[in-house]
Amino acid sequence: MKLGDLTPSQLRHRLAHAGVNLRTGPVVSRVRSRLRSVQDGMALHYAAHPLEPDEAFADFHVRVRRPAGLRRWIQPQVVFEFDELTPFAPLPGDQGFPMLEWGLNWCVTNHFHQRLTLHAAVVERDGLALILPAPPGSGKSTLCAGLIHRGWRLMSDELTVIDTADLSISAVPRPVSLKNASIEVMKRFAPEAAFGRVVNDTTKGSVAHFRPPLSAVERAHERARAAWVVLPRWQAGAETSLRPLSKGRCLMQLVENAFNYNVHGAAGFETLAALTDQCDAFEFSYSDLEDAAALFARLPPPPSLRTAP
Amino acid sequence: MSYAQTDLVVAALRSPAQALSLPSAGWDLLVRQARRADLLGRIALLLEREGLLGRVPSAPRAHLDAAIVLTAAQHREVRREVAHIANALAPLALQPVLLKGAAYLMSNAAAALGRTFDDVDLLVPKSRLPEVEAHLMMGGWVTTHLSPYDQRYYREWMHELPPMQHSIRHSVIDVHHAILPDTAHVQPDSALLLAQARVVPEHPEWRVLSPIDMLLHSMTHLFHNEELSHGLRDLSDLDLMLRSESADPTFWEALQQRAVQHGLARTLHHGLQQTHRLLGTPVPESARLQASNYAAAAPVDALMTHLWRHALRTPHSSARAPLTSAAEFCLFIRAHALRMPPIMLLKHLSNKAWRRHVLREEGA
Repeated sequence: MKLGDLTPSQLRHRLAHAGVNLRTGPVVSRVRSRLRSVQDGMALHYAAHPLEPDEAFADFHVRVRRPAGLRRWIQPQVVFEFDELTPFAPLPGDQGFPMLEWGLNWCVTNHFHQRLTLHAAVVERDGLALILPAPPGSGKSTLCAGLIHRGWRLMSDELTVIDTADLSISAVPRPVSLKNASIEVMKRFAPEAAFGRVVNDTTKGSVAHFRPPLSAVERAHERARAAWVVLPRWQAGAETSLRPLSKGRCLMQLVENAFNYNVHGAAGFETLAALTDQCDAFEFSYSDLEDAAALFARLPPPPSLRTAP
Repeated sequence: MSYAQTDLVVAALRSPAQALSLPSAGWDLLVRQARRADLLGRIALLLEREGLLGRVPSAPRAHLDAAIVLTAAQHREVRREVAHIANALAPLALQPVLLKGAAYLMSNAAAALGRTFDDVDLLVPKSRLPEVEAHLMMGGWVTTHLSPYDQRYYREWMHELPPMQHSIRHSVIDVHHAILPDTAHVQPDSALLLAQARVVPEHPEWRVLSPIDMLLHSMTHLFHNEELSHGLRDLSDLDLMLRSESADPTFWEALQQRAVQHGLARTLHHGLQQTHRLLGTPVPESARLQASNYAAAAPVDALMTHLWRHALRTPHSSARAPLTSAAEFCLFIRAHALRMPPIMLLKHLSNKAWRRHVLREEGA
């Protein structure tokens, strides 16, 4: 059963009471909320996602709600709840859906130590994954959003989930988050993208999400082999330029962007070292998304993954 | 099936194999309860020790694997931190004593299994406190709780320095000079503890308490604590240590004698009674009877037994009974009453309440 199979009133009722068991790749989250903005966001962004039965095991139990006390009524706020605990300070009342998304990311980065996780977007083509690790503001999400409208499959715009046993990468397809000027850029670049409401004045500025492409949700179970690591950097007026990155710097970048490298100890190092050996790594600067997409479409697989003709 | 008021963590600690018969919804709740009780790693390792991990369904299994990875990482970090502390204190030639979690880990005690950590606890002679504090400061640890009241509270009344936190690694050390506050009416003799402390094999710069003193200290810590969010974890520590020692036929008698010597016989009574009752620890009846000679008068003892039974649960709403909060409140007051005389207690609690009020006003 898909979330979109529920009628709007059924969905609202389920979210307000027992919650839904939402499957996003390897992660099942039991989501509950009585807030209309969260319910509407779920209906738009997760329509194609599978729902697990009510009695199934959920990895994380989350809820977005109004705080107790006066802040329920006066300048209402929203609170993210992780199995009865509230790990974050409340946010202004209209930020319910972004808070759900940040909270779901937090669940994975703090509690999904069965895998190694990187703060990186990841997209796939022909079974090969392109990993885009980068600090916020580098244009990683914008590049990821652009590529998935030019032939690449979205695996995640935020979380690269690596199996330490075989280096395979799992997709966690969820709404793609864009900030500030990127929102208008992407609406022009991909008019077909289904955007939710723009939420202003968050700690990250204005934020909007668009629905993950259908193929991303339908192929969520397909893992990919890491082939390229690209550090993107958007610069106004910059030429499209792809420069090789040394193995050493590639490894350091992966370590720096890993959420739970320290938790995995020696296995964490060996996984990222093997990933570095397997991948071609580049630094990439760009200002034009079409140019960028054209360049990545021609990117040859690294020697380690080239199959004999 | 409803799991209201069901403590699946307690059931899994008593019999890990029992967890294998849980349906998906049961595993779902067990993982959440165990995560909250800081016992998910321990339950995973108990299942592994009994060769049962492979029979856990894959969805919960992933979380057990994650918890094993996480506790292993914490153990590496604590070992590293303990080495840093040893370096900082090396010039003092002190052989400080590690307490609680760090002691279990470094001495490979049974309670090290899947143990989670918040800080490292040390015991040093009171006369050496100033040097220890100075050397830790040179090593990068700085005192916390900076208000004059808190500083005085710790330094004049408590059995420890204010917690010290490392300025870069953020690790926290509690330096103790006794196992109960100076103001408490039971005063176990620290010299007695230090006299029987033993050198940690392979880490001669450290000592740990003798196995029996380690148990008595852990019991004292649990049954005098005002804050029980780790109560079940600490009770499980006692359970594992009692089980591993119980093979020695002279153990129970020696435990009893030592408790009497320290003035902790009533604490031992609560410890044996609660581990046996809640976690099925195989405490011989003779040992329980002997310890119960030191129980309070029957009605008071019955009340205490009742309070502990309610309070030593998984801190998750699904495991709570209607009286859990009331029991926690009574034990909070009791823990404070054991620490200091009534007038001092009244002053302390009103000071705390007042400052919380003022801070809230200032923060608004």
